[in-house]
Amino acid sequence: MNVILIAVIVLGAIGLIAALVLYFTSKKFAVKEDPRIGQVNEVLPGANCGGCGFPGCGGMASACVKAADAGSLEGLNCPVGGQPVMEKVAAILGMKVEASAPKLAVVRCNGTCENRPRTVIYDGVKSCRIANTTCMGETACAYGCLGCGDCVNACQFGAIKMNETTGLPEVDTTKCTACGACAKACPRNIIEIRTMKGAKKMGVVVECMNKDKGAVAMKACKAACIACQKCVKVCTFDAIHVENNVAYIDPEKCRNCRKCEQECPKKVIHAINMPALKPKPAPEAAATAAKPAAAPVKPTSPEAPKAPAAPKTEA
Amino acid sequence: MKTFRIGGVHPAENKLSAAEPIKVAELPKVAVFPMGQHIGAPAKPVVAKGDKVKVGTMIAEAGGFVSAPIYSSVSGTVLKVDTVVDASGYAKPAVYITVEGDEWEESIDRSTELVTLNDRPELTSKDIIEKIKNAGVVGMGGACFPTHVKLSPPPGSKPEWVIINAVECEPYLTADHRLMLEHADEILVGVTLLMKAVNVNKGYIGIENNKPDAIKLMTERAKQFSQFDIEVVPLKVKYPQGGEKQLIDAVVGRQVPAPPALPVSVGAILQNVGTAYAVYEAVMKNKPLFERIVTVTGKSLAHPSNFLVRMGTPMSQLIDACGGLPEDTGKVIGGGPMMGKALMNTEVPICKGSSGVLIMNDKEARRAEAQPCIRCAKCVGACPMGLEPYLLSKLSAYADWERAEAEDITSCIECGSCSFTCPSHRPLLDQIRLGKATVMGIIRSRNVK
Repeated sequence: MNVILIAVIVLGAIGLIAALVLYFTSKKFAVKEDPRIGQVNEVLPGANCGGCGFPGCGGMASACVKAADAGSLEGLNCPVGGQPVMEKVAAILGMKVEASAPKLAVVRCNGTCENRPRTVIYDGVKSCRIANTTCMGETACAYGCLGCGDCVNACQFGAIKMNETTGLPEVDTTKCTACGACAKACPRNIIEIRTMKGAKKMGVVVECMNKDKGAVAMKACKAACIACQKCVKVCTFDAIHVENNVAYIDPEKCRNCRKCEQECPKKVIHAINMPALKPKPAPEAAATAAKPAAAPVKPTSPEAPKAPAAPKTEA
Repeated sequence: MKTFRIGGVHPAENKLSAAEPIKVAELPKVAVFPMGQHIGAPAKPVVAKGDKVKVGTMIAEAGGFVSAPIYSSVSGTVLKVDTVVDASGYAKPAVYITVEGDEWEESIDRSTELVTLNDRPELTSKDIIEKIKNAGVVGMGGACFPTHVKLSPPPGSKPEWVIINAVECEPYLTADHRLMLEHADEILVGVTLLMKAVNVNKGYIGIENNKPDAIKLMTERAKQFSQFDIEVVPLKVKYPQGGEKQLIDAVVGRQVPAPPALPVSVGAILQNVGTAYAVYEAVMKNKPLFERIVTVTGKSLAHPSNFLVRMGTPMSQLIDACGGLPEDTGKVIGGGPMMGKALMNTEVPICKGSSGVLIMNDKEARRAEAQPCIRCAKCVGACPMGLEPYLLSKLSAYADWERAEAEDITSCIECGSCSFTCPSHRPLLDQIRLGKATVMGIIRSRNVK
């Protein structure tokens, strides 16, 4: 009996002393963290993808609080959560966020197995980064997709899949959060994180990166941009420029009128999240046909009504 | 018998063309000269479409100090200045020349008479280096480092020996072996020139003992040059003995520290045996570097041969001269089987560093499927640089560049002993090569800041 009593007293005393020591040290050496960081962290998606440019969601949360103290949340955006999450963050911090344009990862290569014949077999490690250091790849195009799937492995959201028939990666636009992991993984910078328009994330893209001269590019791939400048001429918004033998559509200037898509002789220009174009009408009907094509722009851009007017002046 | 201390492997030698005398290859119809045939800045073309050139006319000047000029190997008209897919697998700038006849520049001495240093006592070290530089001589072993740069060691370092690399440890290749058998005297004069250029009194020629005829011949002929102390060192066969650092260890027993230290920091100047021959021709015969010995070989090939080839000749022409591309061809490799590179097509032109063309049949060429690492550490035992290949390849796959640098990934000489020895057929070197290139890039950008 006595032994048990002594044990209980001794242990109790040790417990009490330890509790007191812990209590005082926790008060004395407490790390003061802004409670808002925890709150913001709670509303962030917790994907830790790094798409915002910070090391994980925790980093983003502290950056948001810091930015809020400085007076503006500008430039901070969670690509995974998008607008709704940023609004929640802003509400916690008592700020307002500007509507940010939606973005998507876009694969700028159209060198399918059919368009781009295989000239050699690459049997090395199935990694685009390694294949890129070894040779041009399995085709004669030194700029196109290598097809080893580094982007597929980099995606944390299951938004990129390799299409077995085309041999090219395909972005599931409903799952893509534009975190940019795939764009970083691609050794040839084929994937672009591109500003799109509207809730449907629509856009028009030149799906080619081939900087070779037209004749060389054409030999390597049936669907290569040959820098013929036809799209540049047809664009009424000065959105398309040819640099290094390849056209690029400036997403800020493009109004998704899709005239370039119709004009392109190599079918390199493609619209994303938009219905397929009807077959190209006769030249005299082109001006009228452009009208419905430009229609989807209306709800997103205040300047959109001007768009259909442009073809008229040309006609 | 001497050899290097750490690691090494024993691939099957397969020296199929060792008994084949050097044949002179036919002139190509169009010769193609890539501008990046050496380590360092690519050469700059000095000819334009329509220009007439002779054999030995300069067609591109050096693009910097670490660079080398390129000379035409044929006479004819410049067809175009365009691009060509070279051994790297990418299209690079190149000069195309349509061949018309075979007219040489008059300054080149085409006689076969041997000229030794005794005949030209007025040559100074400076003259020799200047002539080598102007002739566009680069390391003929494959790395193509401009020779004049190697002969101009950084201030503070003192060369003690010239070591000639006549090891030819790559399986299949026999170009250096044949060169020694047929041009021993010229090579030895080349060695004396190199020794004079860097002002050293001792020269070594390292030869593996699978070439007893070459060892015997070179030892015998070296006696003629008794005023120079040239010693032929027979070495035990082990790959990669032809690696710069391995050969220094094998011959003089000194170990070169990790990069950026150069072999000259331990007193050695290394040159390939082919380079010694090119140096002889450049200095004594005024002949710029525009032809070289190339081994064309392979188990399925009808007649494996050694050719004296004008640069710019497409490899397909050499393969045709050996009986054509066999039906069961799986891969065509530029260089040897261990360090060579699979080619995109057979139209790749012969360059300064093309030591061989190897045709592998379908069965040999196929890579076995990689299995999980079983931690046997065979790669660690095989690595001649004392690295841990299994670890480096993992670090590279996980993109842990900081640790890869700490584990000395930049010391890797890319010899492929690890991949060769791995029982699980893991692509160790593929991963390490990527990691090495990335880490070197990081170090370079850090140094710029």
